[in-house]
Amino acid sequence: RKMATLSVCQPQLGGFSFENCKRNAVLEAEVTKLGCNVPSARKTGTTICGVVFKDGIVLGADTRATEGMIVADKNCSKIHYISPNIYCCGAGTAADTEMTTQIISSNLELHSLSTSRLPRVATANRMLKQMLFRYQGHIGAALVLGGVDCNGPHLYSIYPHGSTDKLPYVTMGSGSLAAMAVFEDRYKQDMEEEDAKRLVRDAIAAGIFNDLGSGSNIDLCVITKGRVDYLRPHDMANKKGVRTGNYKYKQGTTGVLTKSVIKLDLEVVEETVQTMDTS
Amino acid sequence: MCRKTNTTPTGSFFLTESENSLIRATMNTRGLRSQLKDSVPVTGMGPQVGAYGVQDTLRSGFSSVKNELLPSHALELSEKNFQLNQDKMNFSNLRNIQGLHAPLKLQMEYRAARQIQRLPFLQSSHLALDTLKGNDESISFEDILNDPAQSEMMGEPHIMVEYKLGMM
Repeated sequence: RKMATLSVCQPQLGGFSFENCKRNAVLEAEVTKLGCNVPSARKTGTTICGVVFKDGIVLGADTRATEGMIVADKNCSKIHYISPNIYCCGAGTAADTEMTTQIISSNLELHSLSTSRLPRVATANRMLKQMLFRYQGHIGAALVLGGVDCNGPHLYSIYPHGSTDKLPYVTMGSGSLAAMAVFEDRYKQDMEEEDAKRLVRDAIAAGIFNDLGSGSNIDLCVITKGRVDYLRPHDMANKKGVRTGNYKYKQGTTGVLTKSVIKLDLEVVEETVQTMDTS
Repeated sequence: MCRKTNTTPTGSFFLTESENSLIRATMNTRGLRSQLKDSVPVTGMGPQVGAYGVQDTLRSGFSSVKNELLPSHALELSEKNFQLNQDKMNFSNLRNIQGLHAPLKLQMEYRAARQIQRLPFLQSSHLALDTLKGNDESISFEDILNDPAQSEMMGEPHIMVEYKLGMM
């Protein structure tokens, strides 16, 4: 269906509409010819990671959102709620991760109402993977999905094209290599909760300090059977410093030489009353 | 391999709960390669041929070969046929698992439910069709983006009805 049709014969359908793609391509070509830039999407060049410990899952994320070379949000929340026992960290295009996790969360809620059971992590994984594969990677959402269900703790990493991995520890985002280095060095099976939290905190800190796309604070989410601790912020690794000097002058710094007060005579020219229509 | 066709008891128009859940379970499963032959062939965006085999300028406007042959986005073609392909794959899976009667019964019910709608230029809720397909228990981009109820253009009522009745 083209916008140029003289008469609309068939009713419109919902969902994605590709009507403006050609126009956008032409506009982009024109704009680059002039030397300007098309506005870019806000990404979360990120460090996100997750680890399975003895009783559950620890998910961690930094809090910086970037738009090209500029920090768009110094404290954005990258750990999204999927269901009471499942949380998901998102890297990639911020809008895509946000909308994808919200859609899957709604679908899981409807599904769990219809089955009257607590949702499983494998269900969320399959829903996400099928949706991302359907859109062939155009939805730029790289996710770390973790939760505890009736079968124990599970951790998945989901790539934008739809492939998933089920692993004991995963990292995603631009700072994933830095975080993975920390995991590879210190991960042990069946850790205690405090050790797991410290490990994830150190992994995210490695990503924050060694990757330009990650920064600000460290958020943690600890999921165990029956309890979720959403620690935001768990660690403010990059506190903004306090200024040591002050350029403001104190009152009375400048001495007063003379002072004269001139009164302005204002006369009333016209007085009107406008009634409001309060009927 | 000859397949016996099961005779269905007369008067049973609605599927049992277990059949419904099994059908929902078979939805969205990956089909085997042999079932790809059932999917809708991707013909591309061929020229819009009207009644006499020529370009229908009144309805689809002036034509341009460049606009017609290449899709404007990589996903355009696959999204246009996505629901059809899913349905075909699920029906062929169902036929292989349960026999010919299963997709036939389902398709008959879909066809009956699809006829419950208002005139084409008005918004119909498609409640029966959505319940049968299971769309009442899921939310996807079709429900969020580009809601037809919020569309800025309205179809011209007479032309849409004539198009639907095949008069035009």
